Amino acid sequence: MTFVEKYKDEIADILSRYPVRRSALIPLLYVAQRDQGYVTESAMQEIAHLLRLTPPQVYETITFYTMFNLKPVGTFHIQVCKSLMCALVGSDTVIEWIKTKLGIGPGESTADGLFSLSVVECLAACGTGPMMQINEDYYEQLTENKLDRILTDLRSTGTSPLKSGPFMWPEPVKT
Amino acid sequence: MAGTGKDVSSETLGEAGTPLFIVRLACNDPMPKHELILLKNMMQPGYTGSLADYEKTGGYQALRNTLGKLAPADVTAIVRKSGLRGRGGAGFPTGVKWGFLPKDYQGPRYLCCNADESEPGTFKDRQLMERDPHQVLEGIVLACYAIGSETAYIYIRGEMVLGSKILEHAIGEARAAGYIGKNVLGSGINVDVWVHRGAGAYICGEETALLESLEGKRGLPRIKPPFPATHGLYNKPTVVNNVETLANLPHIITRGPEWFAAIGSPPKSTGTRVFCVSGHVKRPGNYEVPMGMTVRELVYEYAGGMRSDKPLKAFIPGGASAPFLTPAHLDVKLDFEHVAAAGSMLGSGGVTVMEEGTSMVWAALRLMEFFYHESCGKCSPCREGSSWLVQTMRRIFAKRGRMEDLETLLDLCKNIAGRTVCAFGDAEVAPIQSTLKHWRHEYVDLINEAEAANLIRPEPVARR
Repeated sequence: MTFVEKYKDEIADILSRYPVRRSALIPLLYVAQRDQGYVTESAMQEIAHLLRLTPPQVYETITFYTMFNLKPVGTFHIQVCKSLMCALVGSDTVIEWIKTKLGIGPGESTADGLFSLSVVECLAACGTGPMMQINEDYYEQLTENKLDRILTDLRSTGTSPLKSGPFMWPEPVKT
Repeated sequence: MAGTGKDVSSETLGEAGTPLFIVRLACNDPMPKHELILLKNMMQPGYTGSLADYEKTGGYQALRNTLGKLAPADVTAIVRKSGLRGRGGAGFPTGVKWGFLPKDYQGPRYLCCNADESEPGTFKDRQLMERDPHQVLEGIVLACYAIGSETAYIYIRGEMVLGSKILEHAIGEARAAGYIGKNVLGSGINVDVWVHRGAGAYICGEETALLESLEGKRGLPRIKPPFPATHGLYNKPTVVNNVETLANLPHIITRGPEWFAAIGSPPKSTGTRVFCVSGHVKRPGNYEVPMGMTVRELVYEYAGGMRSDKPLKAFIPGGASAPFLTPAHLDVKLDFEHVAAAGSMLGSGGVTVMEEGTSMVWAALRLMEFFYHESCGKCSPCREGSSWLVQTMRRIFAKRGRMEDLETLLDLCKNIAGRTVCAFGDAEVAPIQSTLKHWRHEYVDLINEAEAANLIRPEPVARR
């Protein structure tokens, strides 16, 4: 089954939101990325055809944005913020911890394909740094113990209760 | 630990029939007291941000009192009178921006809610959207009514997956209750709101780049004029407003422009501002305070002061694009005019504090690496200049610099700022220019060390 057939209803819903088809490009690329973990060339060509674009028009757009993977990444894509605000509170140390614990540097994946590490710029969690994003979830105020627990949780259950919920900082006082 | 309940106590007081929420910081004397506007609901214990919760606090009353009772032009007039200025960075008066839309244009118009929040040091919109999404949605519907738009897109930064899910859920609730959709509250007005996720590009917070991105293209800023007010999304009249700006609207409508205009430091900087304090402070976080509060008060009373006993060395008052300021500027009032007069800008309200011992060359380099990574590549001064700046800065920080590098840096900065399509060019030179102005000796020390050790060697070309 082709990508467009597989997600027929979702694609129709996305297309209905925009008066101009090309606007659906980024949302459709997200659907493609969710399907395979990265955006495949065949998905790009299908999307181009669907939106009446040339393949280069899709490619020029996808390569502008950092959140699309053109190559497979690990099951858990760890992205650590290294911008100034996180760096002030120790993001470089977090990167070193991950390097030591997983044996991978930025841009690398573990041999079992479970973890990939990227070092990224600001993720808008500056008050709760150092922080990282793993797939769709934020993990904030990292400590070495917390990091250990997150990695253990991910290995065993695929998710971790330490991920951030709706953001609020400082937290309101519980009376 | 920063922000734990130990340091902060709070209470709800009844005053003149309306509950007034007061934040009290235990370590402070005298206690700062002021009313919260945007964060008021979410600070209440048990508030989930659901439609039921929001309605209980008087939510969507502003919309009910507007549709069919006020003309769109009246809403614009109220917002103009309130003095509300954009909270995204540029600080342009919101009512005036709306007034630029062509009056006699018959085709579609669009509202874009700028939720890209990508300025380093800023994390307020995330909280507003994730904790009280209906407050933002009510503002969006009000703005749509005022400008005559039937479609609004919330352009949220791609990384905030949770925020986009919460907004989608809230839109569903509001649609079912008749606040969004066809014939809103029986008024005959149609408003559709869609969440559109970005995909990780800082530049898409710039309004014309946002529009390009929303059209499914590379997020390259457009040359202005024409402005989005006449040629925006799909070349149609468009307004782009920040999340915090829109969240203020229900309160302005309900309580009147005079009430809003009296808060803060009128006449030019009215209302409150959610300042995001980060860096070396005890309690980093979002603090909503009236504009015009001094940095000293914000940092030492709200954010609990420095995290260790080292004194404050430097701070940025308005996100990464704002020039650094020194302890001599601690008594600068946080409003648009005073911060600008001090040589920086209020920007997005991200206050980053650095303690004594932080290398300013390192700090400027970290921000420069950010700008180098995020330059969209459209204008050559910015694209090439950011690369040269980051290479020169790396060389100096690695103790391989030479004295003439300082002139090179300043010369590069001069040739980038003001020579690009968007304000990114001005932003990227701010950290270097301001640190060179206030802490030139740190650069000189590193270079002297390099020269003494005879460590000057050519640096390999950095790759993007």
